[in-house]
Amino acid sequence: MAKSALFTSSIGKKFLMGLTGLFLISFLIVHASINAMIWFNDGGVTFNKYAHFMGSNLIVRTMEIGLFLGLILHVVDGLWLYKLNREARPVKYAYNDEGTNSSWYSRSMAILGTLILLFLVLHLANFWVKTRITGIEQFGVDAEGQENLFAVMQAVFQSPIIVVIYVAGCFSLFWHLLHGFKSAFQTLGLNHVKYNEAIAVLGIAFSIIVPIVFALMPVSILLGWVR
Amino acid sequence: MKFYLKVWRQKSDKVAGKLVDYTIDNINADMSFLEMIDVLNDDLIRKGEDPIAFDHDCREGICGMCSMYINGRAHGPHHAATTCQLYMRTFRDGDTIYVEPWRAKAFPAIKDLTVDRSAFDRIIARGGFVSVNTGQAQDANNIAVEKASAEKAMDAAACIGCGACVAACPNSAAMLFVSAKISQLALLPQGGPERTLRALGMIDQMDKEGFGNCTNIGACEAECPKEIKLTNIARMNREFLKATIVEE
Repeated sequence: MAKSALFTSSIGKKFLMGLTGLFLISFLIVHASINAMIWFNDGGVTFNKYAHFMGSNLIVRTMEIGLFLGLILHVVDGLWLYKLNREARPVKYAYNDEGTNSSWYSRSMAILGTLILLFLVLHLANFWVKTRITGIEQFGVDAEGQENLFAVMQAVFQSPIIVVIYVAGCFSLFWHLLHGFKSAFQTLGLNHVKYNEAIAVLGIAFSIIVPIVFALMPVSILLGWVR
Repeated sequence: MKFYLKVWRQKSDKVAGKLVDYTIDNINADMSFLEMIDVLNDDLIRKGEDPIAFDHDCREGICGMCSMYINGRAHGPHHAATTCQLYMRTFRDGDTIYVEPWRAKAFPAIKDLTVDRSAFDRIIARGGFVSVNTGQAQDANNIAVEKASAEKAMDAAACIGCGACVAACPNSAAMLFVSAKISQLALLPQGGPERTLRALGMIDQMDKEGFGNCTNIGACEAECPKEIKLTNIARMNREFLKATIVEE
């Protein structure tokens, strides 16, 4: 077995899942922080300023390519592992009492991830396609004359159906993170009695806080909490 | 006690198996699960039927042979116990009990409840040992071993290679077994010289055998009769990283 095992072995595939997972987690922090600017309640002026910076900065735009690559790797590797793992048990148990030895969401990472991916298709169509491809000129400018991404948010989140789908997407994210966060550390070998509890607590807090922050955005706009 | 059993019967790995119903009565509550199967087999032989093939050896919880998936759990409902340590008093009179073999592509069926676990032996053969020069044995105290490391190594060495981790894992992964076998030697100075080759070789063989990939679900740890911990898998991951990236 050569050094190439780093990429081809079962553990190599795990490393790729863990590393890309942590990378996507780091993106969630940035994304949630910037979007939380809508709660300044200043007609989106602060939010638009940061959104414009992220959309026009060359370094950030380059990192965006890395983000898409990371996402694609995470999805493809995940689906590949799912396929291999199903093949590893050709005959299923007639009776399997899995609930007694593991949590349902830890066993459902592939389905939760697929739900998140489906949500992402809608999410990218709602915002990314408009800002990066078709343009958002028709949404006018804000009080300070900036491109008005906030107005796009307001337009999208007028639909209660869209808001419900976004909240459902956040639930999928919550369960996916609840297993994925601490799982990434275990995969990378970062398992130590001194830090395990801290990682577990941090993981639970992150899994709860980030999806709630995201879910509150469409809800806030639909209910008119931010204008 | 009376039980309604649904036992997996399969002539060989060439033909498909199915669950067959058996009713068994007058079972002593203090019989082990294996003894209950013995009584059932005795009945079957007297009736001229083919007895149920099942693995067993020591019947005291250390050989790791008694591989049975009972009511959806590896080795049945007890924590940290093998099938021979499961007593019929655990069940209620009149219970229906499902008995299936370990199910994994890497553990092909032999007959009924017996499966071929020699994949584990081939993994061990790729590095689960230390090479010792022949000649006079050196003084045991020449190599100092820290107490904490010795304890962790001993905990990992408690693995009896029964395969419950593979059976319970939704992915049929063998990482708890392989990580225990890598850990018990990685933690001791005697395991040092072959450390890199051991990690690479055993993991390579594990993948070749067709076991699944670990997704850190933890069912293996929960069902392990010897309470092998997930920390071993993290250690194996580190050993693998070191072997592929750091070592020459």
